[in-house]
Amino acid sequence: MNDAFGDVRLEFRDVTKKFQDRQGSGQTITAVEGVTLSVRDGEVVSLIGPSGCGKSTLLNMASGLNGSSGGEVFVDGEEVVEVNEHVAFMLQKDLLLAWRSIRENVELGLEIQGVDKEERRRRSEDWLTRCKIADFSEHFPHQLSGGMRQRAALARTLATDPHVLLLDEPFSALDAQTKMILQQDLARTLADAGKTALFITHDLVEAVALSDRVLVMSQRPGKIIEEIDVDIPGRDNPMERRKDPKIGAYVAQLMSLLHVGDVELQQV
Amino acid sequence: MNSAFTPPRIAASLAILLVFLAAWEWGPDLFGVETYIIPPLSSVVEGLFELFRTDRLWMHIGVTTFEVILGFVLGSLLGMVGGYALGMSVTAEVVLSPYILALQIAPKVAFAPLFVLWFGFGLEPRVLIAVLIVFFPVLINVMTAVRNIDPDLINLARSFKATKMQVFWKIQVPGSMPPMFAGLRIGATLAVIGVAVGEFAGGNTGVGYLIVLTAGAAETAKVFAAIFVLTMIGIIAYWLVILLENRVLHYMPSREQRGF
Repeated sequence: MNDAFGDVRLEFRDVTKKFQDRQGSGQTITAVEGVTLSVRDGEVVSLIGPSGCGKSTLLNMASGLNGSSGGEVFVDGEEVVEVNEHVAFMLQKDLLLAWRSIRENVELGLEIQGVDKEERRRRSEDWLTRCKIADFSEHFPHQLSGGMRQRAALARTLATDPHVLLLDEPFSALDAQTKMILQQDLARTLADAGKTALFITHDLVEAVALSDRVLVMSQRPGKIIEEIDVDIPGRDNPMERRKDPKIGAYVAQLMSLLHVGDVELQQV
Repeated sequence: MNSAFTPPRIAASLAILLVFLAAWEWGPDLFGVETYIIPPLSSVVEGLFELFRTDRLWMHIGVTTFEVILGFVLGSLLGMVGGYALGMSVTAEVVLSPYILALQIAPKVAFAPLFVLWFGFGLEPRVLIAVLIVFFPVLINVMTAVRNIDPDLINLARSFKATKMQVFWKIQVPGSMPPMFAGLRIGATLAVIGVAVGEFAGGNTGVGYLIVLTAGAAETAKVFAAIFVLTMIGIIAYWLVILLENRVLHYMPSREQRGF
């Protein structure tokens, strides 16, 4: 683990999650088992793994929306027992409210937390600018492209000044070029603001280009089977990182860990 | 204002109206239908003026309009309250839905004479029938809408530590508006039917009463004129709901008006 980072912000200690199968027999399914991981202040860690391995379950437990069946989750050294306002999430779906302008959407969290109007306005303006969407602040979501909507979602996520960001495939619905531009802006923004993030993705290059570390999960029940430090400079510049020759080796390593290309194992 | 309304389309629509009105004016005579069965258009227009002159039509319009508004507003409010309660609480749904369904299936217009017996010849029975009829479509639309709100939107609000009331007012209420307005549109037209049936059943006010009165006297032209007036009240009620809808749902993508 890289020593450039400070205290642990997010920590999973031997976390297990089981739930009842809703369809069929009502069997108990183990989504994740014995997951231990920690993300330090200012660090960006990616989590990759096959579909259904419980990555999103981990994020829900970190945000406090769902409890664990065993083990503990800590944010800033405090055990997560309920929803925690120091954690904010961003999904593949932008979750913008259709009846609110982009500015009002960005202010949603601040409004719920009782921040007064002037301060709300100041902060939303700041983040709308930093996420490069200030020109559209009075537009409504349906008037914006997918990329723009994700920018707005990012601004909303950052506006409440969370310590930890949970990003669940935020760019997977975007076209390849928009995705690269947004990755670049996200990396810059996270680095400038010194934010800590846990990033779920299926895109191996994205995982390597954007993170300090990559955690690889197994098939269900999901366990962490490998931890890879990304030793390429410029985490705040994934465009450059993508061009680095080392990236191919990392991607190849991830492919073999995930058995991508093993014809016999392919279930798709 | 809208590309759907091209001059040829408007012309075609007006042509249908003209053919209809012409058939009404000259058709009965052409096919030898007695005027007390189907009076020609001109006598209906004359009947309308006569209703204004001798039957105090304005007063009756006022009464009916008031009943429609009151029945619609009360029925809608009840439907919204019920819809949100049933939409958010599985317990409420399981406990109450059989009775609400029974109430919906029961033909409420059949209660009209009973309501007159209970509440007399005033406005109450008419408003009550309208309330009962309007209630259901609003309830069903609101309930379904609340159910269909993306749970991730609610989780988003929860992740900001929103209280249940905040989730309700900031997510569930605005999120259920589009289907709710669909219910209100249906309710607006049903309110007129409920009130008219209530007026048939008893009392001596309202446009529905005028229909019973003039039909009893075989003044067919006046019956048609009164039906026309009721239709106009319904159209205006529907149109007012759409006007409100367009203001409230201004954020919806391409709200094209196509006349419905």
